[in-house]
Amino acid sequence: MGFDYMKYLREEKMPHIWCPGCGHGIVMKALIRAIDKAGLDQDRVVVVSGIGCVSRMPGYLDFNTLHTTHGRALAFATGVKMADPTLHVIAVMGDGDAVAIGGNHFIHTCRRNIGITTVVANNSIYGMTGGQRSPTTPLGDNTSTTVYGNADPPFDISALAVAAGASYVARTTTYHAQQIERLIVSGFENRGFSLIEVIGPCFVAHGRRNRARYKSNLDMYREEKETAINVTATKGKPQSELMGKVTIGVLHHAPMPEFTDEYQKVIEKATHVRTI
Amino acid sequence: MTEQRETRRIRFIQGNEACAEGALYAGCRFFAGYPITPSSEIAEVLGEKLPRLGGRFIQMEDEIAAMAAVIGASLAGVKSLTATSGPGFSLKQENIGYACITEVPCVIVNVQRGGPSTGLPTGPAQADILQTRWGTHGDHPIIVVTPSTVAEMFTETVRAFNLSEKFRTPVVVLADEIVGHMREKLVVPATGEIEILGRAKPACDPSEYRPYDVSRGDVPPMANFGEGYRFHVTGLSHDATGFPTSDAATVHADQVRMTRKIYGRLEEIEKSEETETGDAEILLVAIGSTARSARSAVRLARERGLRAGLFRPITLWPFPDARVRDLAKKALAVVVPEMNLGQLALEVERVAHCDVPITGVHSAGGEAISPAQILAAVEKAVVR
Amino acid sequence: MSGRYEIRLGGSGGQGLILAGVILGEAAAIHDGKNAVQTQSYGPEARGGMSKSDVIVSNEEIDYPKAYRMDLLLALTQASFSGYVKDVKPGGLVVYDTSLVRDVCEGNYRLVGIPIVETATRAIGKSMVANVVSLGAIVELTGIVSKEAVEKSLMGRAPRGTEEINRRALHAGYDLVKNAEQKTTAGNR
Repeated sequence: MGFDYMKYLREEKMPHIWCPGCGHGIVMKALIRAIDKAGLDQDRVVVVSGIGCVSRMPGYLDFNTLHTTHGRALAFATGVKMADPTLHVIAVMGDGDAVAIGGNHFIHTCRRNIGITTVVANNSIYGMTGGQRSPTTPLGDNTSTTVYGNADPPFDISALAVAAGASYVARTTTYHAQQIERLIVSGFENRGFSLIEVIGPCFVAHGRRNRARYKSNLDMYREEKETAINVTATKGKPQSELMGKVTIGVLHHAPMPEFTDEYQKVIEKATHVRTI
Repeated sequence: MTEQRETRRIRFIQGNEACAEGALYAGCRFFAGYPITPSSEIAEVLGEKLPRLGGRFIQMEDEIAAMAAVIGASLAGVKSLTATSGPGFSLKQENIGYACITEVPCVIVNVQRGGPSTGLPTGPAQADILQTRWGTHGDHPIIVVTPSTVAEMFTETVRAFNLSEKFRTPVVVLADEIVGHMREKLVVPATGEIEILGRAKPACDPSEYRPYDVSRGDVPPMANFGEGYRFHVTGLSHDATGFPTSDAATVHADQVRMTRKIYGRLEEIEKSEETETGDAEILLVAIGSTARSARSAVRLARERGLRAGLFRPITLWPFPDARVRDLAKKALAVVVPEMNLGQLALEVERVAHCDVPITGVHSAGGEAISPAQILAAVEKAVVR
Repeated sequence: MSGRYEIRLGGSGGQGLILAGVILGEAAAIHDGKNAVQTQSYGPEARGGMSKSDVIVSNEEIDYPKAYRMDLLLALTQASFSGYVKDVKPGGLVVYDTSLVRDVCEGNYRLVGIPIVETATRAIGKSMVANVVSLGAIVELTGIVSKEAVEKSLMGRAPRGTEEINRRALHAGYDLVKNAEQKTTAGNR
């Protein structure tokens, strides 16, 4: 018998809103398997999201779920974690949500290293609103707001997280479904903020407007497969060979003190000062 | 413990400090904020005192994040506060709307300064009167209280928390720079002197829990995250289960219910103070620090034989329509002094139905309105 | 004293006048059991720039919290002297620093010029305590709060280790006024 997803799904909320061929379902299933593998108590898991296609995910998941305002998932999640640091707090966001409107929260949550495991499903487009350019849309791509080709350079979300001081940064694609699960599990094991960026397709809002590259959504998955290179395989390779490649795996892991742990020390210090 | 004592304590402190003490007394154990004059003392006091009580304080990356964190913390069961001033209050508006539709209790303090924009950061104003009511998008009820003394900065913050928990709604404490920064005597009540309310919790089995179940009243019982209820919270219009719906009838009925939960129980929310209104021919309506000047003006007017009286809403929103209408009916003229170009006056005009001439006394330059200015308006109103 | 007594402490940011106002207000409200309200206004600068601190003391309830018909003005800058002196009520008191306020205009008020900053610098060795010297002078001149009250309030607010220097500064303020009054009396003879 296969894995029982139904234990963690709100079955009555199906069908989900995602289009056929979308990668968000792959991310959701990987997240469920990761939570199960990590043995997290279902009652003690809080899944927080912002606004966008992938942010509908918490509605389908049978945990404490919080679907917030656009870009603010990490700020809400920070409040939840601060109120009760023993909760397992997971944030799910899209690319526009995480690094455009929510960019400030994203970099500061990386820096703060507060215990929030964050999955960014990066499909390089605003899907829900009809295919506008996102902060990760490649240069030259056609979108509903860049009909002459995108002139606005994209962010590398994982590199941004590393630069902002995140203690755990991993990336993979929806083609690498098993790896998503493994990377989330090791993200749970990192004490503090963990980012798992999952590059995925949006054929309906993005691929369709760039037919030269994508005849169907399968071409988008094929591209994920062909451009991905495991970080362990990049060692010693000249930069020229890595052009156009997407490095996947654990890109960065540098453990550091977790914020609510550090704040506990503040509480002890403050309490101590008072009793003197 | 700092916030709860067996006996009363007398202190000479700032309004902002009194607000922070009131929050602690009310059981607030989480603060998220972003520095902004003239409210920052609230954050500073709580940054020091919350961890002493096992509470937590966080200075967020911006005002929006602070509002979001406060809602998140409240959902996890901790009474939460944020404090700001006009520009920051504007930034928080989207998430205040989120707290309204998701019915998450929380308290927001706005210590008003001159605006719009950066305006007069250290100067007082009362120009957010309408922003507190209508600042966020969409139809929504909100409760706003307006202290005018240091003692009220304490007691109204306590009341704000109580109302917020009782009605599952964000409550705004609308202060101004003068009240926030002024120092006066505060008698900190002993433990138990003021009743502290918490949110109504569900009595049902978690499997039967519906987060917006209003079968027993307009305020649904609220579970906390992590307690086993595993419910969903969304800013999308939702039904009793908490899940999105776009059914017009359901959404409309819920909007009506959310407004009714506040406007249907005004007697538990309204609070005001009246000075010499019994025989008042000239009615003054004022809030916050301006109400202090207005009270002086009432005394000066009475010394001159003019029958002036002051109505001071302490709960500003919902606006005390009925009482203002009654008082205005009996009056020959109404004078509304306010540190803006006329916002409170709009409400007074609305409820008085133009039965009586209404004059404003305005100051939008960052200076308090003096009793003499108000007295002059009262004398003019009499001549007219 | 029964009615409202209005004090304005005017100077520039960094002179500690807001704190002086707080100490005065606290002395009246907490230790002397009167009512007091202290307010302030200041510019964006932490040091320099305009700064004023108003203290209203009364046995009755205080409504309007700002000074508008001052019983006493303390001016530690020329700008605060020139700017606020018109709001001193007839028969009021204007205390100013003789080195910082040079352009003094006479009016229907009593002028008391004393070397506040010089005393702080020379006698105490710290210009920083000019605010406390001012406080001593005001208390000696007006008796608006009791000396016990102002000392209690000052000691409660003084950072640890600075109690002694603050006490000396307060007493130097008392003495400045006593000496000035002796001189005035001698001059009148």
